Amino acid sequence: MGDDILVRARGLTKRFGDFTAVDGIDVDVRRGEAFGFLGPNGAGKSSTMRMVGCVSPVTAGELTILGLDPASDGPAIRARLGVCPQNDILDEDLSVEENLWVYGRFFGLSRHEVRSRADELLAFAQLTERRHDRVEPLSGGMKRRLTIARSLMNDPEVLLLDEPTTGLDPQARHVLWDRLFRLKREGVTLIVTTHYMDEAEQLCDRLVVMDHGRIVAEGSPRALIEEHSTREVLELRFDPDEQEQHVDAVTGVGERLEVLPDRLLVYAHDGDTALASVHARGVQPLSSLVRRSTLEDVFLHLTGRSLVD
Amino acid sequence: MSTTTPERVSPRTPSGRLGFGARRPTTTPERLGSVMAHHFLVYRRTWRGSIIGRFLSPLFFLLSMGLGLGALVDDSAGGVDGLPYLQFVVPGILAMQAMMTAFGESTYAVMGYIKWNQMYAAMLATPLRVVEVLGGHLAVVAFHVFTGALIFVVVAAPFGAFASWWVVLAVPVAVLTGLAFAVPTFALAARLENDNGFSILFRFVVTPLMLFSGTFFPIDQLPVWMQPLAWVTPLWHGVELSRDASTGTAPGPLGLVHLGVLLLYVGVGWVLARRSFTRRLVS
Repeated sequence: MGDDILVRARGLTKRFGDFTAVDGIDVDVRRGEAFGFLGPNGAGKSSTMRMVGCVSPVTAGELTILGLDPASDGPAIRARLGVCPQNDILDEDLSVEENLWVYGRFFGLSRHEVRSRADELLAFAQLTERRHDRVEPLSGGMKRRLTIARSLMNDPEVLLLDEPTTGLDPQARHVLWDRLFRLKREGVTLIVTTHYMDEAEQLCDRLVVMDHGRIVAEGSPRALIEEHSTREVLELRFDPDEQEQHVDAVTGVGERLEVLPDRLLVYAHDGDTALASVHARGVQPLSSLVRRSTLEDVFLHLTGRSLVD
Repeated sequence: MSTTTPERVSPRTPSGRLGFGARRPTTTPERLGSVMAHHFLVYRRTWRGSIIGRFLSPLFFLLSMGLGLGALVDDSAGGVDGLPYLQFVVPGILAMQAMMTAFGESTYAVMGYIKWNQMYAAMLATPLRVVEVLGGHLAVVAFHVFTGALIFVVVAAPFGAFASWWVVLAVPVAVLTGLAFAVPTFALAARLENDNGFSILFRFVVTPLMLFSGTFFPIDQLPVWMQPLAWVTPLWHGVELSRDASTGTAPGPLGLVHLGVLLLYVGVGWVLARRSFTRRLVS
């Protein structure tokens, strides 16, 4: 069993002076899964990732990665990790392939290995045609794919991805998700932080929801939605000045009501039935929408705040 | 990627550093070498920009000070301390140039690797540790000082700038002088939040040191109160050693003091640089 838990944290804590970024979390990441840390900015996701990446010392608690202790075996652990940071930190003075070559050398790969690995990964990242180009003029999606290719130079067992698709357009995000699925199929364990719900639902087998440095929920995306939300959600929009006067009338429809600044969310097993009861109460919203529950609803329910902004 | 399968448990590659399972550890020379390889690859792309500062500017000093001003000095005063002015000033220019190159390579370059392209962070996500990231970069700075000094010696020699073959020792002296500036500057650059500090450094440290460290005239020409500034900063010590080597003079016990001061700057600088890199990059 121990061999199958690649990352094991117990009471993991990170403090910067008086500020507690990560407040005693317990996490197990199993071999071959895609594991997510979901939460708003400042929830402690990146601090956790830096500790797992062995570049930030643990303040308190236990952390084991690949069965090793980051405090004493940092280089041995990092030799087996791939790290894809939030910003594309590429060397813009170098060409696309040179960025891969120099990075491979940091892991002690031979000249021959570095070249053949770079060839494979350029194809994987769909950058073969740009291999001789400088990095600077590449699009955001290309830079991100190059950063991921670089993080794979050492054939990592665990790939850490910090906000992998932040700032990318929808098409670039789908290309990236496709690449990550392939990696997972090849046995690479993925650890992802994100504040995008759709990303977590697309990528993660299991995830933890973080808020203020703590884990507030844990499970598969589906299980979390079932546990913390209803099957469907009815969204009602009103004139912003009039929304407040309708809250009382809508209260009691469905299982739960969330009041957001720009709309009301009615949580119900059946959204259409809920809309019918709203109409029956004489409430006429400007617009209404029935949709399935998402992790966004889970987060809203658990923390009382929406995730993005 | 087609070679990656979940079943594989032990790395079976030439280096033993690919594939699932424990990887063969890298050696210190391999790690330092990989950091230096990165810097050299970047330099292959950017070397043109360094030509003027590193190779032409010392030549300009040689022509203007050594030959132009030197003719006046030799005519009116018969040289300095018994030396023709050219032979007096060129070893000083050599040490000064070492300082300038060291500053040039340890200010914006270090801040850039920390803040702008964050290459140090990328390196530290690999098996590399702070000492190797720091040591490898400093070795590259030392190499730049070395090549600059070597080329200057070769170019200046036909002008009769050196009285002795011992001048070959002036090259390692230049490297040590450069490091006495580079290592503490690395420590400083890793503590600064923005590059405003560098222009202050150039204006209030580099330029005065260049002028008042015995480079162009002996420091006993300075007002008495200014002389201690030369004693406690590295350049004067580098200039003196460089001049001893270039003229083939045995340095005597004072030479050991010069050497000791330069080594002290390197040693203390290393401790500070390692500490500030650690604080900035792996906290």
